[in-house]
Amino acid sequence: MFRIFLTLLFLLPTFATAEEVVLGLSKDNVAITTSFDGSEILIFGAVKREAPIDQSSPLEVVITVAGPSEPVVVRRKENVFGIWVNTDAVEVDAAPSFYAVATTGPIDQVLSNTEDLRQKITIDNAIRSVGAPANITDADSFTDAVIRIKQSQGLYQTLEGQVALDQQTLFRTSIDMPADLTEGDYATRIFLTREGQIVGDYETSIAVQKVGLERFLFNMSREQPVWYGLMSLAIAIAAGWGASAVFRIFRAG
Amino acid sequence: MQIYLPIAEVSVNAFLLLGLGGMVGILSGMFGVGGGFLMTPLLFFIGIPPAVAVATEANQIVASSFSGVLAHFRRKTVDLKMGTVLLVGGLTGAALGVVVFNYLKSLGQVDLLVKLCYVVFLGIIGSLMFVESVNAIRKARGATAGAAPKRRQRTWVHAMPMKMRFRTSGLYISVIPPLIVGVVVGILSAIMGVGGGFIMVPAMIYLLGMPTKVVVGTSLFQIIFVTGFTTMLHATTNYTVDVVLAVLLLVGGVIGAQIGTRIGVKMKAEQLRVLLALMVLVVCGKLALDLLLQPSELYSLGAAGGH
Repeated sequence: MFRIFLTLLFLLPTFATAEEVVLGLSKDNVAITTSFDGSEILIFGAVKREAPIDQSSPLEVVITVAGPSEPVVVRRKENVFGIWVNTDAVEVDAAPSFYAVATTGPIDQVLSNTEDLRQKITIDNAIRSVGAPANITDADSFTDAVIRIKQSQGLYQTLEGQVALDQQTLFRTSIDMPADLTEGDYATRIFLTREGQIVGDYETSIAVQKVGLERFLFNMSREQPVWYGLMSLAIAIAAGWGASAVFRIFRAG
Repeated sequence: MQIYLPIAEVSVNAFLLLGLGGMVGILSGMFGVGGGFLMTPLLFFIGIPPAVAVATEANQIVASSFSGVLAHFRRKTVDLKMGTVLLVGGLTGAALGVVVFNYLKSLGQVDLLVKLCYVVFLGIIGSLMFVESVNAIRKARGATAGAAPKRRQRTWVHAMPMKMRFRTSGLYISVIPPLIVGVVVGILSAIMGVGGGFIMVPAMIYLLGMPTKVVVGTSLFQIIFVTGFTTMLHATTNYTVDVVLAVLLLVGGVIGAQIGTRIGVKMKAEQLRVLLALMVLVVCGKLALDLLLQPSELYSLGAAGGH
């Protein structure tokens, strides 16, 4: 028993350091300013190893970027008396506000199903839906709707083959983030796989937050709604008055 | 130039917003209407969430009515007493409206409510205006026989209790009808993000029998306070007032209104009204189609559990 423990102890560090990720990000925070119109993030890095490259099977890289998860209510419209009305609703317990998966090749080839399930890598597995109300029999179609709608908004992206890998060592990809991002820490994970099995991983996060005026107005509207309301009225009245005054001067002069 | 709206949390083109404000401003200057009932649906069309559009529009209306009411005060065409009675009703209505709005928001039906209200009201008003102005044009073209002068009749409005004297309007009527008018307008202001002038002005003339010259000033006076109150209610319960959006629309709107007033002077009143009626019907038709045709995406996403 003791001997097995010793050999394990001996093996462990060499296994862990076999192939390791060294990562770079073009930026580790995204600032939502007044002129924010989406952002492109370059994720690049290298595979560090002590031993020569294992040539038995190709190395693959999977990169995921996930925005903060939040519960989402999905509603379905039905035709009631000729009008399309929201009827059934299902609450999806946790759906990432943003999710991108980029890989070096087709997902089913670079990643085994088991690893995908365990690490929740593809979008289908990243969404968690516990139970739908009893009267709804097709709960899956609601989860599918989340994916479809978010995909059409560019918030969910599957980028198969979009990670470039050179010499089994250097990898890079770029991820486009649309303008309507939710604030929070975007968990960024990099997995190295061989024959569908994960052989190395690395995790970091990208902070997405409103800054400056955006930050100030948003915080104020939540924390001091009364003052925010009064301020909105005052600013609007001043702007309206100002604009008409300027116009009058313009006309007179 | 894209601009990120902090509360609506969408990125839109600043010039598009200025342009929309300007366009609706021109129309409101030409026709002498507030324009809220056109602006709010237009905001839906460019992708602003309906709850934000309604709350922000209320904020914008306060500001755009402000310089108008000052001008009316200078001309002494505001019936303060009548305005106050309408206002009491209006504030009650606005509070009721926000309660209904928030309740339906929790059920996920608020978009439907807002859009249905628009289809119904724009449909009714647009059709009435269209018929009335086409008749007016036809009459103007036909025999120039003077229309029979309207007699102010004693209706059920004059038979109600709790009478009050409104000196500026030269009226001695019960306070109940103006209170009811106020409540209805307040509810509409909270649900639809409109000032409600398009309902209040006809109601004041035809129902209460107020002289036309004090109608606009008095309704503006009421609108400022009711929409101001609505803005505060939305800001404190829903957090949906976007001040950046409001200011952009406003600047465009004020400039547009100045241009519109000048165009309006050069056109005939009946022609103006036909145009306005047609435009109201077009917006109404577009909203109605959205409700009646099968949407390409049956599902929609919303935040869970309210806030």
